[in-house]
Amino acid sequence: MAQKVLMKGNEAIAEAAIRAGCRHYFGYPITPQTEIAAYMAKKMPKIGGVFLQAESEIASINMVYGAAAAGVRVMTSSSSPGISLKSEGLSYIAGSDVPALVVNVQRGGPGLGGIQPSQSDYFQATKGGGHGDYRMIVLAPASVQEMASLTMKGFDLADKYLMTSMILADGTIGQMMEPISFEDAEVNTYEKPWALTGTNCQRKHNVVNSLYLKADELEAKNIERYERYAIVEENEPMWEEYMMEDAEYCVVAYGIASRVAKNAVVAARAEGIKVGLIRPITLWPFPKKALLAAADKVKSFVCVELSMGQMIEDVRLYTECKKPVSLCSRCGGMIPSPEEVLEAIRKAQKGEN
Amino acid sequence: MKTTQILIAGFGGQGILFAGKFLAYKGLMEDKQVSWLPSYGPEMRGGTANCNVILSDTPVGSPIITTPDVLIAMNLPSLQKYVDTVAPGGQIYVDSALIDVKVERTDVEVFYIPATQMAKDNEIPSLANMIIVGHLLQNQPELDFAGAKETVEHLVPPKKAGLIELNMKALNLGKDF
Repeated sequence: MAQKVLMKGNEAIAEAAIRAGCRHYFGYPITPQTEIAAYMAKKMPKIGGVFLQAESEIASINMVYGAAAAGVRVMTSSSSPGISLKSEGLSYIAGSDVPALVVNVQRGGPGLGGIQPSQSDYFQATKGGGHGDYRMIVLAPASVQEMASLTMKGFDLADKYLMTSMILADGTIGQMMEPISFEDAEVNTYEKPWALTGTNCQRKHNVVNSLYLKADELEAKNIERYERYAIVEENEPMWEEYMMEDAEYCVVAYGIASRVAKNAVVAARAEGIKVGLIRPITLWPFPKKALLAAADKVKSFVCVELSMGQMIEDVRLYTECKKPVSLCSRCGGMIPSPEEVLEAIRKAQKGEN
Repeated sequence: MKTTQILIAGFGGQGILFAGKFLAYKGLMEDKQVSWLPSYGPEMRGGTANCNVILSDTPVGSPIITTPDVLIAMNLPSLQKYVDTVAPGGQIYVDSALIDVKVERTDVEVFYIPATQMAKDNEIPSLANMIIVGHLLQNQPELDFAGAKETVEHLVPPKKAGLIELNMKALNLGKDF
C-alpha cells in the first residue's frame, strides 16, 4: 500500500490535477479555495507548467477556454461568487465542445454571501448558470481522497465527452485534512484531432467556436450535443449506497452533508430505525435509477443538504413523487448536526413528513 | 472500536492548528482513521481559532465535532464556549496561566496546566500548545507518548529543524507535569 499522507482537500485537488497531466492553471483568489491556487503557484513552475493569476474570474475562465481549445488539460478553481462570474465562459466552453475542469469550493450565498461552507450552488451547477442548452458533469466529493480521485476522473470524463467537469465541493471538505494516497493514480490520454495545434500546412484548419448564425445548424449542433449527453446519463452516474439493503427510510445527501447524515444513520439504526443512505457522487448525471429503485422499497425519503432545498427537487423528480420527501437543511454557512438529521429521520418514521 | 473527538480552541497565534495537526499525524502514524478540520475565515484573522481532530478505529463520519471527548481550552472565551459541550466522562485541559476560573462540571476530568507560564519560564514562549499536548498524550492510552518525536520530525520542515528539539522539550514538560 502506498504511504498515506495528510492533506487538505484543496491541496488534494491540486496535486491530483498535476498527476492527471494538467499543466495549465488559471485562477483568481477567493476563500475558501485559495490553497488550490497556492499549491499550483508553488508546483507548476517546477514542472514546466503554467500558473497564472488572471486579472479577474472572467479573464481566467477565458484563458481556460483558450487552453482547452489548444487541446491541453486545463483547470480553474473558485468559490460561489467567482463561479457566477465564470458562468459566461462556461457556456462558451460548452458551446464549443471543449474539455475543461472547473472547481467550485462552495460558500454561502447569494451575492457576496459568506465564506463558510455551503451547498447552495446545486442549481447553478446542475441546471445551468450560463445561458443556452448545455450540461456539465458535476462531481461531488465527500472526502479528501475523493477530492483527488474525482479530480482525476473529471479530467478523463471531460476529455472523453468534450464537456466541462465541475468538482462541486464545499468549504469544509476544502479545508479539512484527511489521510490520502495516490497509489491507484492512472492517467488516460485522449486523441484530440479537433484541437488548435497548428496545421503545419498538412491539414485543414480546425475551428473552435460557439457561433452558429443559421438556426438549423445551431439546432443540429445542440441535438448532436444532447445525444452525447444521453450517453453520459446512461454510462456515468455514480453513487454510494449505505445500509440500504433492508432500509425502510432513505436519506439522500452528498458531499459534507452525507458525512453528517452517515453519523445520523448509524445513530438511528442503534434506535432500531431501518434507515439507509444514498449518496449521489455525480450530481449530473443524477443517479436516477438508484433513486427510483429505492422509491419502490422505502416508505419515505429525507433529503439533507446545505441549502434552502435544491437537490430535493431532483429527488422528487427522479423518484417520480412515489414517496414523500422531507427536507433537513441548514444554509448560509451553517451545517446541521447529526442530532438534527437524526430528528428528521425519527419524524420520517412517524410519518411526519 | 474507539473514536476520540478532540476540540482545541484558543486565540490565533497560540498554535491551535499545529497542535491539532500533531495529534492527527500521530493518529495517522498509529494506523488510525483521522480527520482534521480547522476554523477558517474571519476568526483566523486575529480572533479565536479552533480545530476539530477525530481519531478512530473506524472510518470517520462527520469531521465536525459537536460533543468532544477532549477539550483543550487555551483562553477563557473558548472554555466558556465549549465547556458544556464536552461529553460526560470526557477530559478538559485548561491553560491555567491564562484562565483563572475553575470548571464547575463534576462529570468530566479536568487538568489545569499553567502552560503559557511554563513555556515562558523555559524559554519556549510559543510552545504552550505542545506542553498541553504532552500532558494529553500522557493521559490518553490511545495516544501513548512513544512516537511523538517521529511525528514532530514529520511536521517540522527541514529548514526549521531546530524546532524539533524545542517541541520535544515542550512535550516532555507537559508529560512530566
